[in-house]
Amino acid sequence: MTLLAVENLSVSLRGRPVLHDISLRAGQGEVIGLIGPNGAGKTTLMRAILGLVPHRGRSSLAALPAQARARAAAWMPQARDIAWPVSVETLVMLGRTPHLAPGQPASPDDRAAVDRALTRMELESFRHRPATELSGGEQARVLIARALAQETPLLMVDEPTAGLDPAHQIATLHVFSALARDGRSVIVSLHDLGLAVRHCSRLIVVEAGRIKADGPPGAVLTPDLLRDTFHISAWYQDTAEGPVFQPLKVLG
Amino acid sequence: MMTLTRLLATLVGVLFVAALVIGPAGTGPVASLRALILGDGGPLTLVMREIRLPRALLAAMIGAALGLAGAAMQGFLRNPLADPGLIGVSGSAALGAVIALQTGVATMTAFALPVSALAGALIGVLLVLLLAGPRGGSLTLILAGIAISALAGALTSLVLNLSPNPFAANEIVFWMMGSLADRSMTHVWIALPLIVLGSAMLLSLGRGLDALTLGEDAAQAMGINLARLQLTLILGTAAVVGASTAVAGAIGFIGLVVPHVLRGFVGARPGRLLPASALGGAVMLLAADIAVRMILPERNLKLGVLTALVGAPLFLHLIYRTRRAIA
Amino acid sequence: MPGSDLIRRAFLVGALICAPAILCAEAPRRVVSMNLCTDQLAMLLAAPGQLVSVSNLASDPRSSAMADRARDFPANQGRAEEVYLMQPDLVLAGTYTARASVAMLERLGVRVVTFDLTTRLEDVPGQIVQMGDLLGRPEQAAALAATYTADLKAFQDTVARTPSAALYAANGYTTGAQSLSGQILLTAGFANVATEAGYAFGGMMPLEVLVMKAPEAVITSRPYPGATNAEAVMHHPALRAVQDSRARGSLADSDWVCGTPYILRAVADMAALRRRLTTGAP
Repeated sequence: MTLLAVENLSVSLRGRPVLHDISLRAGQGEVIGLIGPNGAGKTTLMRAILGLVPHRGRSSLAALPAQARARAAAWMPQARDIAWPVSVETLVMLGRTPHLAPGQPASPDDRAAVDRALTRMELESFRHRPATELSGGEQARVLIARALAQETPLLMVDEPTAGLDPAHQIATLHVFSALARDGRSVIVSLHDLGLAVRHCSRLIVVEAGRIKADGPPGAVLTPDLLRDTFHISAWYQDTAEGPVFQPLKVLG
Repeated sequence: MMTLTRLLATLVGVLFVAALVIGPAGTGPVASLRALILGDGGPLTLVMREIRLPRALLAAMIGAALGLAGAAMQGFLRNPLADPGLIGVSGSAALGAVIALQTGVATMTAFALPVSALAGALIGVLLVLLLAGPRGGSLTLILAGIAISALAGALTSLVLNLSPNPFAANEIVFWMMGSLADRSMTHVWIALPLIVLGSAMLLSLGRGLDALTLGEDAAQAMGINLARLQLTLILGTAAVVGASTAVAGAIGFIGLVVPHVLRGFVGARPGRLLPASALGGAVMLLAADIAVRMILPERNLKLGVLTALVGAPLFLHLIYRTRRAIA
Repeated sequence: MPGSDLIRRAFLVGALICAPAILCAEAPRRVVSMNLCTDQLAMLLAAPGQLVSVSNLASDPRSSAMADRARDFPANQGRAEEVYLMQPDLVLAGTYTARASVAMLERLGVRVVTFDLTTRLEDVPGQIVQMGDLLGRPEQAAALAATYTADLKAFQDTVARTPSAALYAANGYTTGAQSLSGQILLTAGFANVATEAGYAFGGMMPLEVLVMKAPEAVITSRPYPGATNAEAVMHHPALRAVQDSRARGSLADSDWVCGTPYILRAVADMAALRRRLTTGAP
């Protein structure tokens, strides 16, 4: 089943073209890593897919009414805004917003979804703490938990691992893999190619607003692409511990 | 949450009755209430029904409206410094009201006064959001508020100074500070429809404001229609602040103090803060209006003086606390 | 010694000699009045051409009983500069005329005479005489004062019943017996509730105090154009209810504010109101 279909998506911001004719599809059970250098248009692509920026072309998600879209895809933006000192539980409960009719209070089902999200992100002990008092990395995990609590077929996250310690970076990507095993899909933008290689089933490389490559990590991260798009060389091997990718040096 | 609502509602009830039985005529509380309810056709019934009842009703209504408007603006701007008085919305509403009164439009139809004040408030809200929208930050918000307040205040003074009426110029203090002295049931009926309508609009924003805690992008992706939320907020705020200011002048700081005090009791949730702030605003204004009648009853002390004495130090405290965010 | 000082001294000496105007060989030729009440007394008594200017309030029918007459005179705004340039040899001011302007004129060597505020009807003849002396018109003043005294006497018959009344103006301002308007009420045969409520001179009386006193007549001042909250209290439903059940009077400020013979018109109006109340005549 297709969770997302994007055709010829183009975006201009303040008259400057940012995305050109992007087409892609996402099926069930995928962890899609969105990679590319700074300014390539990864964030804009995800926002355009969700209909949060004006665009030309078609995105199956952007075409949906707001509430239906919010039940089809959850979105965790890169900006980690937490405006008020609400408790972690309250914050994660906000993920249930699209499932509630106006004025309808949270049901036991909603509370169960919140509990599942807190458990997945190992946040049970933080449940009653004000979210604003947590560290940056802890806040990031709380915000991921909020997106998880939305329990949508598709999850889109922008740079979720920034600011996390290595253990929580790996744990977070394990959570995404587990979602994929349940038949859900994740589109995640990443800068750490090592994490991307090990945990994503598919990589989409964006460069200057165009899709440069799309496929399994081994097929995408060729030395040529690494040189042309990322200007680096790297050591990349399938080992007994799984694929290992280590950037080596910047190419002139 | 329920206990907080019950506590605040009880306080509103107690203060409402206190506001009814306290006054310069110095009549006993039992006799006063009996005259109010049973009505003996004597002067005390007249005092209770035509002077004290409208005054107490207006204090509760307008306090609730201002507390609610403050909580809604703060939730939308994600800034605890947003208060309709401080950001110039009340001042703009006062300008609209003064223009209606001095041009004589207000005498043509009863609703010209609140509608004109609403129009003024609308311009004020739009200007604030234009200058310091949700991403504007505290500094822009305060600066925009200062500029809008100063302009609205100057134009209000100008209109009153140009008036052929010798009492108009002295009225500047009423429009800047607010008062409920000698208001009548007419004022209640003028203000009530817009306050009810605007409050209903603002109370409907709870879920959207909760979602906005996580920023605009996240809120939109959770199914919140931000354009509609913003429009409802603007119209609701303009309606309640416009109607309140039209009959009572610009009473500041209620929308700042009440949400600040109550935020801790509602788990900081902007949605829950809305109804709580409405009740809290009614408590604060009823208490302030009782206080102006008990302290210096002969001097016609303005409500804004009292609310500012409580609110301005808190405002300074909030600025001090958010100074890193401002700098 | 600079020349201007010499001139000033000459003026001062003149002013001292002329203090009781009867002793002065020559009456002032260019008189400027800066106060609504001296405006009217001067217009009543001045010789043709003697009065050069009156205050701008004098031509406002809402505050002046002689608005039509006042339009024949150039108006002044009460500023020292414009008054000085009119080259007056006598300036008439009231107690409440802007202090700074009066002091400036005196420093410039202009003779300024300040009239006291009238608070009693019996004070009016004295002010008429004072004005007549200043303007060198004592005979006219004496005649006017005599007429006034006779007219006033006519109102001072004892009346069978003194109904209660209150004066109620903008901002809930009321006046008691120790004020000119309170005296008008008293002379017309009313008992002023403000006096018994503790407002002997005047002050802001809360509306509910007035309503509780339930006076038989409430006399309000006529509203100015441009609605204000200050005046809104005079249209308050509670006040209307008191007035509807009893009697309503309206106070034309122009007859009430100054101690001139026109004040008797106000007394006559109030006496008529009292007669309507006590006899039930329409």
